[in-house]
Amino acid sequence: MNDLHSILNQSAIDAIMLTLRLAAVTTLCLLVIATPLAWWLSQTRSRWRAPISAMVTLPLVLPPTVLGFYLLVMMGPSGPIGQITETIGMGLLSFTFTGLVVGSIVFSLPFAVQPIQHAFESMGARPMEVAATLRARPIDAFFNVALPMATPGILTASILSFAHTVGEFGVVLMIGGNITGQTSVVSTEIYTYVESMQYAQAHWLAAIMVVFSFAVLLWLALMKRQTRAMLS
Amino acid sequence: MSEGIQIRLDLDRHNFKLCCDLVLPDRGITILFGPSGSGKTTLLRCVAGLESTFKGRIAIGQDVWHDSEQKQISPVWQRPIGYVFQEASLFEHLSVQQNLNFGLKRSQSKHPLEHSIELLGIGALLERQPDSLSGGERQRVAIARALATDPRLVLLDEPMAALDEARRQDIMPWLERLRDELHTPMLYVTHSSQEAARLGDHMVLLENGKVTHSGAMADVFSHIDDQDTGAILTARVVSKELPWQLAELAFDDNTIWTADNNLTINQTVRLRIAARDVSVSIREPLHTSIQNQIAGRIIAIKNDRHPSHALVIIGCGKTQLYARTTRKAVHTLGLSVEQKVWAQIKSVELLV
Repeated sequence: MNDLHSILNQSAIDAIMLTLRLAAVTTLCLLVIATPLAWWLSQTRSRWRAPISAMVTLPLVLPPTVLGFYLLVMMGPSGPIGQITETIGMGLLSFTFTGLVVGSIVFSLPFAVQPIQHAFESMGARPMEVAATLRARPIDAFFNVALPMATPGILTASILSFAHTVGEFGVVLMIGGNITGQTSVVSTEIYTYVESMQYAQAHWLAAIMVVFSFAVLLWLALMKRQTRAMLS
Repeated sequence: MSEGIQIRLDLDRHNFKLCCDLVLPDRGITILFGPSGSGKTTLLRCVAGLESTFKGRIAIGQDVWHDSEQKQISPVWQRPIGYVFQEASLFEHLSVQQNLNFGLKRSQSKHPLEHSIELLGIGALLERQPDSLSGGERQRVAIARALATDPRLVLLDEPMAALDEARRQDIMPWLERLRDELHTPMLYVTHSSQEAARLGDHMVLLENGKVTHSGAMADVFSHIDDQDTGAILTARVVSKELPWQLAELAFDDNTIWTADNNLTINQTVRLRIAARDVSVSIREPLHTSIQNQIAGRIIAIKNDRHPSHALVIIGCGKTQLYARTTRKAVHTLGLSVEQKVWAQIKSVELLV
């Protein structure tokens, strides 16, 4: 930490820690939400499949500011989410860490759902049929057959969600408001430094982001190669 | 009627219909036979409950598994079946032992696992992962896994279709052993008349989603529309007679001569001996132009397609040969099961 202090000031270190915490919490929440959603999308023949699938993919194409704007409005005092959270005594989520988590979940949803959904789809129907003929109830088969078989997909989803949350800017800026120590993450902190002409600090943070992103992508590529080697 | 396995169903998919009303014996192996697309796999899936949207009734003894009128349809996992798929479909994330335990613990089977392991000879494989097994080993594990649940009915969907000929020959004796040692009835889907002839006690012929024949093996077998009934075997080239352009092939303890088409010594070849090219002699034939004669014992005599014909199945060591003769010849020569005979082979087809 001492070394870090010599090159980065406190607000930059706070931003890094907050970013890591936000990415970790978001990833955990996303796995819980995305896994059943991906399973449903991979199995259902319902007419709701297409619209739900489009909804899940929407954050991929929408400008983050649009997403952040709507979330901000909904979480605000007159928005539906804001009214609910105020009624149950949570207060407003906008400009809080919880608000950032909610925003990040929505923003990274497609990155979590798609790899898991793909893993379930490529598994085909057979393993679940085999499990059923071996007396496993559907829920039992899901946890003991489908989930273990989809492990590579779930791992990919976790890495992508984490990395994508670390890299987000627009949504956090809209919902969090870039409050130092509370809602200021690395990407928004860089913006602050540049605006206040602190180029050295911005350089360090930016370089850390580049190294981190490269490391994640390299890890993903190596993991994919390993999975392919395992399969062949 | 509460005896046997009752299968009445009427299934209608956009471009496929399956309709049947069968009562099958509650013992032995029943072969479901037919060309691809005849509905034999679908029939098996309906019995298992893997297909559940059809009209009809499936019951085994007093146990009703599917009754569309009473709206009583048991889910797959509640049916006491053992299902063997065409591809072994082992759980790749589990070891062989864990694969076997999967169904065992969920079925609360009292049946000792050791019995299934011994019956399929997989004792040495238990610690292995599925991806390290050969095709034949995988399928044996899959069969043991299905048997470990102590099923009331075993369903096998072309369990050998994904294997090559050598592996098929490996696994066949295990299946014969199951038939002889288990008291569980089995439904066995295949399109191979050889498998059917070797394993079946009872046979159902399907065509375009309809049952054309159902009955005891010997009676139904003759209705198989298969011009090419014959034995397929693997042999090794042991010698060559260059002046005569002939090569000698060995299988089990027998040898056979065939035209030498650039064969090399020790090469392994597959060959097919069609039933129409084999005749039967009850004495060792000496003064004949047919060079290939193999001694063996008659395993079975079955009715052939045409009422004038019979199919004599001759066991020569581990190999079975098929001979198509007239029923009159069977009668005149007094052929019977277990009798020692010589199969005279007029021509051998090399499958390379």
